[in-house]
Amino acid sequence: MASVGGAAGRVPATPHAEYVGKPPAPRRVADFLRRNEEHAWRGTAWIAVVLPLAALAFAVSVLAVKAWPAIRVNGWYFLYGRTWTDGIGAYGATVHTDGVAHLQGAKFGAWAIIWGTVVSSLIAIVIAVPLSIGAAFALTERLPSWISRPLGFTIEILAGIPSVVIGLWGILTFGPWLAKNVYPAIADHMPNVPILKYFRNPVGGGEGLLSAGIVLALMIVPIIASTTRDLFQQVPPLPKEGASALGMTDWEVASKVTLPWVRSGIIGATVLGLGRALGETIAVAMIGGAILHIPPTVYLPFTTVAATILTQLDGALTDGTGFAVATLAELALVLAVISVGVNLLARLIINRTGRVGAPVGGA
Amino acid sequence: MTSLTAGPSTTRRRVSTIVWRVLTYLALVLIMAPAAWLLIGVLGRAWSHWRWSVLWTQLTPTGGGLRDQILGTLILMVGVFIIAGTIGVLAGIHLAEFTRAHRASGRLSGPLRTASDILSGFPSIVLGYVGYVALVVGLHWGFSLLSALIILSIMVIPYIAKTTENSLRQVPTGYREGAEALGMSAGYGLRKVVLKSALPGIVTGLLLALAIACGETAPLIYTAGFSNTLPHSLTHAQFPYLTYVVFQFYNDPSVQKHYLSYDAALILVVIVLLLLVSSRIVVSRTQRHSESSRGKQGRIFGRFRQDPSRAPEAVPNAGDLPLA
Repeated sequence: MASVGGAAGRVPATPHAEYVGKPPAPRRVADFLRRNEEHAWRGTAWIAVVLPLAALAFAVSVLAVKAWPAIRVNGWYFLYGRTWTDGIGAYGATVHTDGVAHLQGAKFGAWAIIWGTVVSSLIAIVIAVPLSIGAAFALTERLPSWISRPLGFTIEILAGIPSVVIGLWGILTFGPWLAKNVYPAIADHMPNVPILKYFRNPVGGGEGLLSAGIVLALMIVPIIASTTRDLFQQVPPLPKEGASALGMTDWEVASKVTLPWVRSGIIGATVLGLGRALGETIAVAMIGGAILHIPPTVYLPFTTVAATILTQLDGALTDGTGFAVATLAELALVLAVISVGVNLLARLIINRTGRVGAPVGGA
Repeated sequence: MTSLTAGPSTTRRRVSTIVWRVLTYLALVLIMAPAAWLLIGVLGRAWSHWRWSVLWTQLTPTGGGLRDQILGTLILMVGVFIIAGTIGVLAGIHLAEFTRAHRASGRLSGPLRTASDILSGFPSIVLGYVGYVALVVGLHWGFSLLSALIILSIMVIPYIAKTTENSLRQVPTGYREGAEALGMSAGYGLRKVVLKSALPGIVTGLLLALAIACGETAPLIYTAGFSNTLPHSLTHAQFPYLTYVVFQFYNDPSVQKHYLSYDAALILVVIVLLLLVSSRIVVSRTQRHSESSRGKQGRIFGRFRQDPSRAPEAVPNAGDLPLA
């Protein structure tokens, strides 16, 4: 409030104490502004909080409207079908189904894409959660602060590194290194039994499901690790000291006191990390190989929903009927539903299991 | 040695402790090694061919520098700072300060907060697609700075709102009551007392949000397009930025472009590092402030942080950065 001028620093105790009768006009304006400052704050803040939510509602409805023709034509096949052909370049003939124009031969089954999304994120979670919890323990319980502080800051830097940079490193350095030094060692020793047989040869060149999963793990470790670290620091020392005094070992204190204390928070952070992994686009598009099928082994190229939306747009725009673009909207809608579902699940878990150290939602 | 009570033997407990310690250190190493490798790798790849002229020459079809891409990324950051900063901080104020007092909006606060969380976890590529459909095509803006700014802002607003809300909630109730007891109006007290003492946390949140914004790629490809030079208009002109260079140039046939891709990665990392370090400085400065100003009675309404309940955790953590 600039118009308050020199009085801005003073505490407005009794506004008109020095005047008898009606105060002069500038004084009245200043007082009016001061009395109504709270209304101004409330009004603008209300607009600010509603605006992004309106944007969210708008985004979802744009997607739904855009995807509606694709939903009608693709039907349930979209969710379980394994064939994805846009029909571009084949005949170019336009046919109509239910009044929706699309190219002849276009068939959109996104099972392989959805599978790739879920499996790569699960790989990331399986790797990231134990690593994060272990590292958080080492940082909070074992190491002196002159080591743990810079290490903690390194994890924060990792969180801030743009995903495209991580993708570049993954595709040029890390993936090839894994394919040369790590994957063959695993692949050569895997027995030919269900599940494990997916870890057998061929190992490919480093572009693929497992590389993407590992890099995704690296990207969600900061989320889970720093939340877990904060949670551990919130555990009061007395229960831990009491447990130690009763003769418990480090492992027993950790498993019987500290971890149960912060369990719901860790679960919440994990589900948040899962949400990030599901929606990650650029790094997966670079490292995953963007091939529209379920890979025969975990080392080979695959794709996710987000990566497909990114890599298929240019091709989809050449479909004159607009059906391919509508199908991408349906794909985006599926991703949005998955991520919103995961987010709501995280909140539900946190509300169910108590509020101790919950990292999401208001304190 | 036999133990007197039922339970695991002493040897087993001793071994389990050693195994546990080794595993925790191993986990730490398994996180730190790739992180260090990543940072050193980015630096090394760019350094071997680094020329400073990258910073001030324009991109050409065959090579050149990245001047306009760097400026474009900075412009995007400034725009996001203005748009998302204003809206996000105000939204955070609403969530922290006004939701309980107002009965009607108090009922709404739960759904509002849930929706805000959902938006913060919303995949950026989906937002980018919506931006493409609604702004680029729907409003006929074309690939442009304005479309990109709006989508990027929508992306980071929930994050800024959350960090603002959290740092406002860390302000002790006593400060608000003190302001009211001194006869300040609620709005004046909010501005002069509450916001002032929450400022370091808010600033840190803003800096981290900028780090997200400058590293985003997927939504920008859908909304900003890409160009070699800075355009002169907000709409109908494709806009240059650094992340696209990293994403597209590394598998370009020209070796010159590979180098540009590595250079762009290095510049992005430097920008992010600067933002993170300055957010750290904000935190540590205010902490030092709190120690030196402890007990100075004359500075009640200065930047007071002497309350012991305001631990360093009062400021948002970079670990909360959304990655997608």
